[in-house]
Amino acid sequence: MTASPRLDERSKHFRRVIVRVLQKARRGHVGAAFSLIEILRVLYDDVLCFNPQNPRWTGRDRCILSKGHGCLALYAILADKGYFPETELERFCAPDGILGGHPEAGKVPGVEASTGALGHGLPIGLGMALHLRIAKSDSRVFVILGDGECNEGSVWEAAMCAGKHGLTNLTAIVDYNKHQSYASTREVQDLEPFADKWRSFGFGVREVDGHDVPALRVALATPFVEGKPSALICHTIKGKGAKFAENNMKWHHKNKVTDQEVDALLAAIEEA
Amino acid sequence: MRESCLKMVYELAKTDERVVFIGSDLGVGVLSEFKKDIPSRFFMEGVSEQNLVGVAAGMALEGRIVYLNTIATFLSRRCYEQVAVDLCLHNVNVRLIANGGGVVYAPLGPTHLAIEDLAIMRALPNMTIVAPADAVEMVRFMKVSVDHPGPIYIRVAKGHDPVVTTDTGPFVIGKAVPMRDGDEVLIATTGIGLQVSLAAAEKLATAGIRAAVLHFPTVKPLDTIALHEHVKQAAVVVSVEEHTVIGGLGSAIAEDLAEADLLSGRRFKRFGIPDVFPKGYGDQTGMLRKYGVSAENVAEQVKALLVGRPGQTIRVAA
Repeated sequence: MTASPRLDERSKHFRRVIVRVLQKARRGHVGAAFSLIEILRVLYDDVLCFNPQNPRWTGRDRCILSKGHGCLALYAILADKGYFPETELERFCAPDGILGGHPEAGKVPGVEASTGALGHGLPIGLGMALHLRIAKSDSRVFVILGDGECNEGSVWEAAMCAGKHGLTNLTAIVDYNKHQSYASTREVQDLEPFADKWRSFGFGVREVDGHDVPALRVALATPFVEGKPSALICHTIKGKGAKFAENNMKWHHKNKVTDQEVDALLAAIEEA
Repeated sequence: MRESCLKMVYELAKTDERVVFIGSDLGVGVLSEFKKDIPSRFFMEGVSEQNLVGVAAGMALEGRIVYLNTIATFLSRRCYEQVAVDLCLHNVNVRLIANGGGVVYAPLGPTHLAIEDLAIMRALPNMTIVAPADAVEMVRFMKVSVDHPGPIYIRVAKGHDPVVTTDTGPFVIGKAVPMRDGDEVLIATTGIGLQVSLAAAEKLATAGIRAAVLHFPTVKPLDTIALHEHVKQAAVVVSVEEHTVIGGLGSAIAEDLAEADLLSGRRFKRFGIPDVFPKGYGDQTGMLRKYGVSAENVAEQVKALLVGRPGQTIRVAA
């Protein structure tokens, strides 16, 4: 892979928004959220059909953040799109807030399914994709998975089932930052040969730099192979955008975030 | 009962486009007419219960009413997190048709026995639990199952069970059914425990003891109004169920009666599988008998409880 691209102003903006949330809540899955931002912004800026004024509009595309712990990135983008006021972000993890440490459907407008327990999003997305096929809808379903999440057997049960049904309308996107909570994916549970696994389950597969916005736009624009579900493996950097936090397991989930750390993150984002 | 239940899924699907059937890897020919007539809403997706429950949730989130069928123990133990999160947290209209609840699969050993399914399903918010006593009651329930909000766990007995229910009107989810009057003893039961309970009450009657039988085809929500009404007359209250004594109908009743202060002065006992993995094989009836879930044992124990009551005259037939 070539060097990871520099971040543009919009990517930096979302990272700053997340840092401000951390400053208020003093906690959050920073690494996972920073890893995801370009995937989510391309989906919501360039790919998905949706209507924030009518989140349940039947003609929408469905997007499930199966790696629910990356929710800070999703919240920042949903607020940007007008699903809820940006001031709601200030109540992240508050007792009476709607934005929890994992996203909940029915509470957060725009969230299709409650996730957090890993391995649930792909089966649910598969059920939605099957429904849309019965209903003869041309809406697409996108499910964003973590790499550690792909340790779960339910992911592969769903992959096998999606392959059998040849669901062109379903796209699995893996945020492959090569790190899970304890250590590298290679050390904890090696996923390689990862693309071959998805291919052998009946998916059309592509790989992309998950921080390369133009490349993501191209990859997500259309399904890869007619008659097959798509799997887009996004090579990402955990904590991307704050050099000292990149691939640093201390920043997978951060508690008791200090003002000094907030300042350091904001300064690092400007350099990214 | 299973055949009647699945046949009803097909009948419902014919008239309601929301209805979808999902099976795991069921017996050859199951719902072949459904598959032939409505192939777009018939799914047989393999031995993958975690995925099946998630898929059912995804469809239900889109407005489908999904009937999902496999063996009870695999539908309760194997995919419990999916049932909790995908179905109950989202409160979606998925109906779990659980074959062989209890010890139906006695010959197949402990991996196939669902003796704690009611307990673990009871612990989940939004879950409704139904355990009909026979095929007639199952059909009556299935007719009203479509429009009930939220997930339902449907416990299916062996099949060809004797028809003991007598109601012909619409099934009311959440209502207990008085099956026999009696002002000395209350036998509360569910599922095929009703057969055992009615036989036990008959045996008690021959000994001059008047036992009421209150059937709970809905285990959750528990019909506490009917329970309180019937308990008030009884000196002895017992529960009879094809389930561990931990967490099932007996526990539900004990918890409710204790909190309502309706246990004081009464003797209470649960008949069910004790806190063990059932040993041996044989058949359902034999397995239940081994652990005391039989008309003979229930009747004898109830007599002993009546005798043992402080101040109670010994009136058991010699």
